[in-house]
Amino acid sequence: MIAAAYIVLGLAGALFCWRVIAGPSLSDRVIGVDGAIVTGMSVIIVNAMDVGRGTFLPVAIVLALVSFISTSVIARFIEGAASDG
Amino acid sequence: MGEVLALAGAILTVLAAIGVVRFPDALSRMHALTKASTVGLVLVAVGGALVLPTANDITSVVLAAVLYVATLPIAGAMMARATYFTEEAPNRLHTIDELAERRRADGSDRER
Repeated sequence: MIAAAYIVLGLAGALFCWRVIAGPSLSDRVIGVDGAIVTGMSVIIVNAMDVGRGTFLPVAIVLALVSFISTSVIARFIEGAASDG
Repeated sequence: MGEVLALAGAILTVLAAIGVVRFPDALSRMHALTKASTVGLVLVAVGGALVLPTANDITSVVLAAVLYVATLPIAGAMMARATYFTEEAPNRLHTIDELAERRRADGSDRER
């Protein structure tokens, strides 16, 4: 069951990375990076379930905060670049 | 039980990834990502909280899930607004689009 979760999450990460590479606009790349961060948090939690110890679980918390801050900063950047011309 | 929940969350995450790859424009992709990945991460976190032994690990998992659920709608709204101002968003439903007035008033729909 854990191995299946690893495989499925790896497939999700590959699809998100494809969107980051191929995305036509900056918004699509930000969406792809966001999805990759969620996949990374899920992989960290599944890995903690696998080994039975939560050594890397604070990394998941930090990833949640960094995801929010980076997405909002890039959103402000896109909006400012659009209104500046 | 916890492993089944983790697998269900992983499947929801890969459904979000399939939506992000296959949907036609940026707002549709954001729609696919935010909802499905939120539920997927919460399912994985609940599964981890059921499996992990110590209270320290359980609170870490629950805090990660709560932070993600609390911050993703705000980030998604800001990102959708920025995307709307920069790209041509198709109005497929032919309803009233109040943000379009703002976009024309800003003059931010000129060529970029």
